[in-house]
Amino acid sequence: MKLDTSGLESAAPVWGAPSELVDGFSAAPLFEVPNTTDFDGFQKEAIQMVKPAKGTTTLAFIFKEGVMVAADSRASMGGYISSQSVKKIIEINPYMLGTMAGGAADCQFWHRNLGIKCRLHELANKRRISVTGASKLLANILYSYRGMGLSVGTMIAGWDETGPGLYYVDSEGGRLKGMRFSVGSGSPYAYGVLDNGYRYDMSVEEAAELARRAIYHATFRDGASGGVASVYYVGPSGWKKLSGDDVGELHYKYYPVMPSTVEQEMIEVAGA
Amino acid sequence: MTKQQANWSPYDNNGGSCVAIAGADYCVIAADTRMSTGYNILTREYSKICKLADKCVMASSGFQADVKALQKQLAARHLIYQHQHNKQMNCPAMAQLLSNTLYYKRFFPYYSFNVLGGLDNEGKGCVFTYDAVGSYEKVGYSSQGSGSTLIMPFLDNQLKSPSPLLLPVQDAVTPLVEAEAVNLVKTVFASASERDIYTGDKLEIVVVTADGIRREYMELRKD
Repeated sequence: MKLDTSGLESAAPVWGAPSELVDGFSAAPLFEVPNTTDFDGFQKEAIQMVKPAKGTTTLAFIFKEGVMVAADSRASMGGYISSQSVKKIIEINPYMLGTMAGGAADCQFWHRNLGIKCRLHELANKRRISVTGASKLLANILYSYRGMGLSVGTMIAGWDETGPGLYYVDSEGGRLKGMRFSVGSGSPYAYGVLDNGYRYDMSVEEAAELARRAIYHATFRDGASGGVASVYYVGPSGWKKLSGDDVGELHYKYYPVMPSTVEQEMIEVAGA
Repeated sequence: MTKQQANWSPYDNNGGSCVAIAGADYCVIAADTRMSTGYNILTREYSKICKLADKCVMASSGFQADVKALQKQLAARHLIYQHQHNKQMNCPAMAQLLSNTLYYKRFFPYYSFNVLGGLDNEGKGCVFTYDAVGSYEKVGYSSQGSGSTLIMPFLDNQLKSPSPLLLPVQDAVTPLVEAEAVNLVKTVFASASERDIYTGDKLEIVVVTADGIRREYMELRKD
């Protein structure tokens, strides 16, 4: 019996013609590589010129009822806001979510690739893949492209047979299991609010409100985060989107404009 | 010994702007026809718009040689799809194909900034906007290219629609009728030509409706 070592194959090609995209989803796709002596310099210049969209705040945490995942929706290209409505919480399958931070194209492509691999696993093994397994698949792929300039900072959150699962995976090849993560340029601000308000035994509503507020505060202080704060909950029956609120409106919800006393006096005088 | 620097870049920027607006039963895709390099105009009559499928049109600005290669690649893949599935690709499928095609050149990118416009399976207008390496999203309107920083704020002002991420879900397509959208596009390019040196000469407008594809031209400033 031949062992399936497709997961261990190095995905980054150096030689070999670009193959047709249709065959073999088990191996990672072949990429054309520029014919230059200075690969790193070329990548640096190409990325600076092309300015792929990035900048973000995402967070996820495990609590008594499951996993709460939240993100903003702004994409920036240099100083220009290229979009205020990017979907940064990616639905890998009905019980697993991935978050997007770093290069938008890198995250979108590799999460979709991960979704394909998870589905193939289900078909090959007649059972769903675990969060541990899925995050490992992604981490191995990203590790094989280490040093080539991919920018991915993602969290894989899901519910499997062992209960809620949360992993942080990045393009440096890191993979961490944990209870609370926040990733992106706005993460320091989100951590402040999240760490302060976190308790393991929160209800779903309390956890959702904490996640929403953490994202709001990050968008308030980080220029590269903004748009719509989306909150998802992952429970035993899969994920469910709980809310999507424009952060501008959240601001006035949390800090409503109070009429000052001077204005109140003037109203009384006018009424008299 | 100092590091050897490349004295030749495989990329160039030919300038230009493109816009796409989605409506309830139509989609407007427009681009100027000026092709430049540096301060020179190479031609005043270059089309940046390419019909990929019956109900799917792409406009791209950036490096036109890469754009041409990209269009050929997509046309070839579309032909294979038609042979395999005995039907044309619909717009969302083409959108995913374009994203994958761009990402497959992640380490040697197509210097091409694209907007894809057309009708989805239900006949509603849809616009997809891309960055150069393939990240994409479905939007109600978009602009790309050298004039996009001038055009986008104006479109935001006139067409700003609720984000598709809001809950409860609200519709993203503009309430404008086709004639109003075409007028808006003409206004937008007239303004962009005033302040962007790479945008001008002529405007090519393509309108995709259930009846087919219609093409229209408008003169822009030639300076």
